Amino acid sequence: MTEPKHPNLAAIVVGGSAGALEALAHIVPALPGTLPVPVAVVLHMLPRRPSGLCAVLGELTPLRVKEAEDKEPLAPGTLYLASPNYHLLVEREHCFSLSMDEPVLFSRPSIDVLFDSAADAYGPTLCGVLLSGANEDGAAGLKHIHDAGGTTVVQAPHSATSRQMPAAALAAFAVDHVTTPDRIGPLLELLAAGGERAEPRAEGARS
Amino acid sequence: MMALAPSRADSEFEHLFEAIYERYHYDFRRYAEASLRRRVAAALVHFGCDTVPHLEQRALSDPQVFTELLRFLTVQVSDLFRDPTYFRALRDEVVPVLRTYPSPKVWVAGCATGEEAYSLAILLAEEGLLERTQIYATDIHPESLRVAQAGVYALDRFARFSENYLQAGGRASLSHYYTAEYSSAVLARSLKKAILFADHSLATDSVFAEMQLVSCRNVLIYFERALQDRALGVISEALCRKGFLGLGLKETLRFSSHASEFREFVPDARIYQRL
Repeated sequence: MTEPKHPNLAAIVVGGSAGALEALAHIVPALPGTLPVPVAVVLHMLPRRPSGLCAVLGELTPLRVKEAEDKEPLAPGTLYLASPNYHLLVEREHCFSLSMDEPVLFSRPSIDVLFDSAADAYGPTLCGVLLSGANEDGAAGLKHIHDAGGTTVVQAPHSATSRQMPAAALAAFAVDHVTTPDRIGPLLELLAAGGERAEPRAEGARS
Repeated sequence: MMALAPSRADSEFEHLFEAIYERYHYDFRRYAEASLRRRVAAALVHFGCDTVPHLEQRALSDPQVFTELLRFLTVQVSDLFRDPTYFRALRDEVVPVLRTYPSPKVWVAGCATGEEAYSLAILLAEEGLLERTQIYATDIHPESLRVAQAGVYALDRFARFSENYLQAGGRASLSHYYTAEYSSAVLARSLKKAILFADHSLATDSVFAEMQLVSCRNVLIYFERALQDRALGVISEALCRKGFLGLGLKETLRFSSHASEFREFVPDARIYQRL
């Protein structure tokens, strides 16, 4: 069976650290409750801080917002947050799994861990979004999404509180979309509806 | 570190775990794949292997290599009184019920290096129950079981352990339960005496005794759903009616085929009760 050249989007993964919550606060209000795909988000947080993040983001978006639970199937119209102190991964059966493996780039949850596993699970039907952040977690994972044929979005460094994370991705490969948070929301909605795909790439693992 | 590309490595990956099962009877075939892939990738780097078949060949021909590989395949992290809210809920809600049994049995399934089992022993000692309780602590990893049995941990971890202990409602001081020797802390003999450490696999072994409490935290997350169901079946069968099951704070029975055999007992602490 050959894969379609422009497969419909099946999932969105988002990562960021310092400054990413501000960016997300601009992005999520633009996403409709009827978004036909799930959104999984890793933000670096202090391990012991109780996470009020679900409540904060839930106020801002019509999407259902919840912490991702182990073996929970990914459902459309839902924004899943990674729990503090656990890695969040996507299995190929399109359910989440958690792990307490070693931190990656001092981070647990790690953006690379989510992105790598989601790229394996979804291949070209995945969209990865990397936001503001002060370390390089996520850049390798976003490249993995790109190499698996998925669509990549990076917050424009000039709009980011911390530029290091977006800059690391931009230095690593040719990102599909580089734009500001107020445009990322509408872009994701469009991508999820099957429009605005990046041009098919000659290189990469799309074949 | 990159994950292994699934398309290319799929059959190699399956072959590795089939071979390990055949040769050593350790069953990783139904472990959750995404994180297992990362751990195998880390093992490739550690052993200086270019490919999964190379690693397989080394692990099969040299049991020492396999023992070392086990350390990569199983996640061995724990603290004394990790997640104090869990231990507080055990103390406040579960202990009063355990007290009604003449000789309660407690099973720490997937005990790693023993911290959880010792935490329970301390808690039960403070509740006056340790003398008549039998704690079973099981794991598949022989090296971890040796560490657990010894009950010796790095002293510099005890500042955090003490903090956890107090948050968990500890009635004395944690220093009451260990002796400092140079940079190590040796846990009290009275605790060790109450715990039977043994080799047991939730993937391949079955029930060995009837339990009033099973604590199995952050173990099932490494299993795929079918294996989770297998393990939960064993646990469910081991528990007496109205016995308790404690899971990790981010784990749930909701997606399991055994969900209907339990009710939520302390939902926030993920403590369930067998119906």
